[in-house]
Amino acid sequence: MSPYRLSYLKELESESIYIMREVAAEFKNPVMLYSAGKDSSVMVRLAQRAFYPAKFPFPLMHVDTSYKFPEMYEFRDKFCKEIGAKLIVERNEEWIAKGCHPLKMGIEKCCACLKTQALLDALKKHGFDAAFGGARREEEKSRAKERVFSLRDEFGQWDPKNQRPELWDLYNAWINEGQSVRVFPLSNWTEHDIWQYIKLENIPVVPLYFAKKREIIRKNNRLIPISYYSNENNNTHSEIENHQTETVMCRFRTLGCVPCTGAIESYATTLDDIIKEVDEVKKSERENRLIDTTGDSAMEDKKKQGYF
Amino acid sequence: MSTKDRSAFDSLPLKTKEFIMYTKEKTLVRLVTIGSVDDGKSTLIGRLLYETNSIFEDQYAAVEKTSKKKGYDEVDLALLLDGLSAERQQGITIDVAHIYFETPARKFIIADSPGHVQYTRNMVTGASNSELAIILIDARNGVLTQSKRHGFIVSLLQIPHMIVAINKMDLVDYSEEVYQGIMTEYEEFSAKLNIHDIMFIPVSALKGDNVVRKSNRMPWYDGPSLLHYLENAHVAADKNLVDFRFPVQYVIRPHLDFRGYAGRISSGTISPEEEIVVLPSGKNSRVKSIITYDGELPEAFAGQSVVLTLHDEIDVSRGDMIVRTHNLPQAGNHFEAMICWMDEKPMVKDSPYIFKHTTKDLRAFITKLSYKIDMNTLHRQTTDTFELNDIGRVELKTSLPIFFDPFNVNSKTGSFILIDPLTNNTVAAGMIRGVAKTVENVLEDVSIEEGAQKKSPHIVWRGWNIPRGTREDRNRHKAVVLWFTGYSGSGKSTIAKVLEEKLFKMGCRTMVLDGDNLRHGLCSDLGFSQKERSENIRRAGETAHLFFEHGNIVACSFISPYRADRAFVRSLFPTDRFLEVHVKCDLEECKRRDPNGLYKKALSGEIEKFTGISDPYEEPEKPEFILETDNLSLEQCVENLILYLQKKNIIHS
Ligand SMILES: Nc1nc2c(ncn2[C@@H]2O[C@H](COP(=O)(O)OP(=O)(O)O)[C@@H](O)[C@H]2O)c(=O)[nH]1
Repeated sequence: MSPYRLSYLKELESESIYIMREVAAEFKNPVMLYSAGKDSSVMVRLAQRAFYPAKFPFPLMHVDTSYKFPEMYEFRDKFCKEIGAKLIVERNEEWIAKGCHPLKMGIEKCCACLKTQALLDALKKHGFDAAFGGARREEEKSRAKERVFSLRDEFGQWDPKNQRPELWDLYNAWINEGQSVRVFPLSNWTEHDIWQYIKLENIPVVPLYFAKKREIIRKNNRLIPISYYSNENNNTHSEIENHQTETVMCRFRTLGCVPCTGAIESYATTLDDIIKEVDEVKKSERENRLIDTTGDSAMEDKKKQGYF
Repeated sequence: MSTKDRSAFDSLPLKTKEFIMYTKEKTLVRLVTIGSVDDGKSTLIGRLLYETNSIFEDQYAAVEKTSKKKGYDEVDLALLLDGLSAERQQGITIDVAHIYFETPARKFIIADSPGHVQYTRNMVTGASNSELAIILIDARNGVLTQSKRHGFIVSLLQIPHMIVAINKMDLVDYSEEVYQGIMTEYEEFSAKLNIHDIMFIPVSALKGDNVVRKSNRMPWYDGPSLLHYLENAHVAADKNLVDFRFPVQYVIRPHLDFRGYAGRISSGTISPEEEIVVLPSGKNSRVKSIITYDGELPEAFAGQSVVLTLHDEIDVSRGDMIVRTHNLPQAGNHFEAMICWMDEKPMVKDSPYIFKHTTKDLRAFITKLSYKIDMNTLHRQTTDTFELNDIGRVELKTSLPIFFDPFNVNSKTGSFILIDPLTNNTVAAGMIRGVAKTVENVLEDVSIEEGAQKKSPHIVWRGWNIPRGTREDRNRHKAVVLWFTGYSGSGKSTIAKVLEEKLFKMGCRTMVLDGDNLRHGLCSDLGFSQKERSENIRRAGETAHLFFEHGNIVACSFISPYRADRAFVRSLFPTDRFLEVHVKCDLEECKRRDPNGLYKKALSGEIEKFTGISDPYEEPEKPEFILETDNLSLEQCVENLILYLQKKNIIHS
């Protein structure tokens, strides 16, 4: 092989860095959405690389539903402090106060208020004209056709029929008043790549990704962590009584909100184990997120409304 | 690696180790698949995914279920690829989808593109980043028009390797004759195109023959299986490693002692101490270091995102290109290109488009339509416009010279897109062929509308005698252009003048340009039609440019109602040296102020085409600054601007 060819991880890295620099140069007020998940961790590392030896020239923003795992909050605060990043946390306080919860309002509605609306409000409040997101095309069918620069109208909506063609690496950063752009620098990464890169780069991630014994209940083939049921605010004790609790070796493949994220049975306690598992298990990654399975085109519909 | 190698390897310094490791690792190959509906493209990709174990269990289960529901015998692997629901309902692919799979040696990204003529733009999009193309032909149909069209696109986009997958061989009894017939006919056709490497593989996507493994049902075929070919194609050799081109993306300045230029190397290689020149300024220097997060590199090559530092402190900004002193790209502002039109709105000749090339945005006009290609016969035909999906040859002129290589030598510095300045949509993809140099261009008449955009063909740009940086050093402030735009009566000129006086007192070199001083002399031949307004602004911009290069802080006050005109002026300056200041004031308030009684005249019809009354004002989309003069006092406006200039290090605090 020619020594002048990058390994595929380095090639993906280089492409992502290029995208980030384009955004920093062409937009007035970019922000990087940060969820404390593994993709966010990789994205932040790429941003550090892109602007080294300077700090990356945009803040991180966490759109918090208040239902994230405690480990995630802890990780987030420590991580951001360590790397000296500016972190903005935004929440839809109005709906959180009203007790918006998937069990009460349904998953769709809850996501619409606490994620989609909160995100749109936050972008508007700060006047961000470009927002980096860690979504990957491989994750879900409808994302396969998503652009790297995804144009959103003033309501944050995505129109799959009306996407700009994206040619070579010439990204069109011109937008009209009120429009904004969601930028996906990890578009071409797969779950496998993400873990390989985390290993290569020694990137810290939330411990929930690693298998350990956890107390759960089984519900429609999903392992729901018990900690969610002990949430005082929700009248869910009866649920626990109806279900058997168990202690099993499990880990989280993706991290969303506690009520809607299931764990998978797993013995993967190290990065190598995880990489091996990702290669072997062959279940699509978002399978354990309730939100994607509510309808065949669930994700696509949500994106049209402005979900990431 | 043997144990001995291993220990020798372990003792290497980390940087070198990584470098070696990377080159031994898996590499990435981007390919595009093109086929018309029902050629079996989805089935073929589905099969590749299935057999390389790239399908998730749950996805496969879902597809299996659907196949059963539909009463199929075999699992319809094509269902794996369904994307958007609109397409699902119509049952056809209409946009490029990205699909990922890997083998032990390579990771592949497929850009799966629809093949019908109405999706030409999607094919061009999918092909633009690919190193390898797979074109599908249905063995029963033979070489159809569409197959030729697909080959043409592969050649147009200069994809180095092309595979013609002759599919559904099971339906023609795996006949060698059918295969030979198609191959002969297609080779005859492709000889006329510019395709470097072409491979014909007979397959059955449905049954799996020759897709992953060689099939024993076609013993007469002695070539590789499709996957085997994909894994072994010599893509590494396609990179241009000769011509070093480094378009600057971003200037990195963590503190005053460090100035690095971030970018992704388009082509070629570079090492510290090599002599370079920065375009367009023409300044020479040497590379000091190649910086990455992992440390400094002894050499960097095409595809790597790095930061370069130089030995000399010279002014370099986004849009500039760093190249080797003895290997320069071509320069010009008038050239020929092939384009593919991608917008529903047809092309308008001689109207301004934003021209995006490497990391630079300029303004360009399409000045001549040489021909377009009839996508069915592939014959050339004359045309006076380009519509959606049209491909053909044009001449373009850009507001400033650009530095490029012909597309077939360097796809990164030879490609561009056109953006409609009103809708901001990407409307065309372009591939530069070279400088336009026909006699008739030179002899074209010079009327105001056309001639205005023309550069004297024999004047070669040699840079300024005393460079701006030198003047700036002496002035002890930087040059900048503040472009005040807004309604008549909004307060533009007043602010510009007070600002200038204040800066002048601070010891800065300054100049104010406005409608009054220009229209009295330089522009006295111009009226107020849209064309003449544009020309007026063009001259104002060029004048500002001269003062700018002289090291001045230039305050320009022009209504400049049209976005495209302002975009042109912006294109004349480095990104951080042009500040568009939108002087915003309620139109009613302007009318009330009416300092020169112009609104009154306009309202009574005495003046025609008056901005805000009988002519539109297109608000700036991304001004650097907005001054709301109905809320701020004159002093506050000026104060804010001065603070801004200080913050941006244009002037000292
Ligand atoms: N007999 C046979 N049928 C095929 C083959 N490949 C695809 N098909 C069928 O051709 C039809 C169209 O295939 P599909 O993959 O959806 O085509 P696309 O529109 O190009 O994606 C389907 O009914 C497939 O089952 C093949 O190699 N042999």
